[in-house]
Amino acid sequence: MTVRVQCEDFDTAAELEKLTAGNPRIGAVVTFTGLVRDFAEDKAIQRMTLEHYPGMTEKQLSAIVAEAQQRWPLDGCLVIHRYGPLEPGDRIVLVIVASAHRQAAFEACEFLVDWLKTKAPFWKLEEQGGERRWVEAKASDDAAAARWQR
Amino acid sequence: MNMRVLYFAWLRERVGLAEETVSPPPEVRTVADLITWLRSRGEVYEAALADPSIVRVAVNQDYARPDHPVQAGDEIAIFPPVTGG
Repeated sequence: MTVRVQCEDFDTAAELEKLTAGNPRIGAVVTFTGLVRDFAEDKAIQRMTLEHYPGMTEKQLSAIVAEAQQRWPLDGCLVIHRYGPLEPGDRIVLVIVASAHRQAAFEACEFLVDWLKTKAPFWKLEEQGGERRWVEAKASDDAAAARWQR
Repeated sequence: MNMRVLYFAWLRERVGLAEETVSPPPEVRTVADLITWLRSRGEVYEAALADPSIVRVAVNQDYARPDHPVQAGDEIAIFPPVTGG
């Protein structure tokens, strides 16, 4: 189970290969990749900067991964989240979940994305033309995370 | 009693600081007390922290509710709702 917070891009295929290598128990791998969109509320986005809270980010992501492991029988789990300046089309986040069967992998992946969006301390700053705007949290993201509340 | 206070995103910009060490009086015992005390330190703080519904707090890198205790040596982070992913 691995959590990485980094400025650099990542290679999804290479990470998937590493996660599953040598474990023939794994029958299902689900990956989620989040990308920078080039629009927000009908306005064009030229650039985005992701700020984070070093230390707490890793701590919260690790706690979320531990929670997923408690809930589903996972054979592998990786979360990579980038920070710093990004442009439309750039990868922001990668979540890979491996399990013996697909249901656990699908559910755990969705859970991890829903929870990291509402719990991991990252903040998006969007730039449109000369304007900069801090992205506001969405009620729909809170609702998605709340589905998994026990 | 010294505490480190960190600010992130637009709260960092509005306060004009990423980090400061503060020494609140002993009657500051909880997160809510600390926010109230910070707001009393000047217009910039008052404006930045006026709306508690858009201010989140972490104590020693874990989310903390308003009644969570604060003490000397704590790392207290104040930031808007998160928007990663």
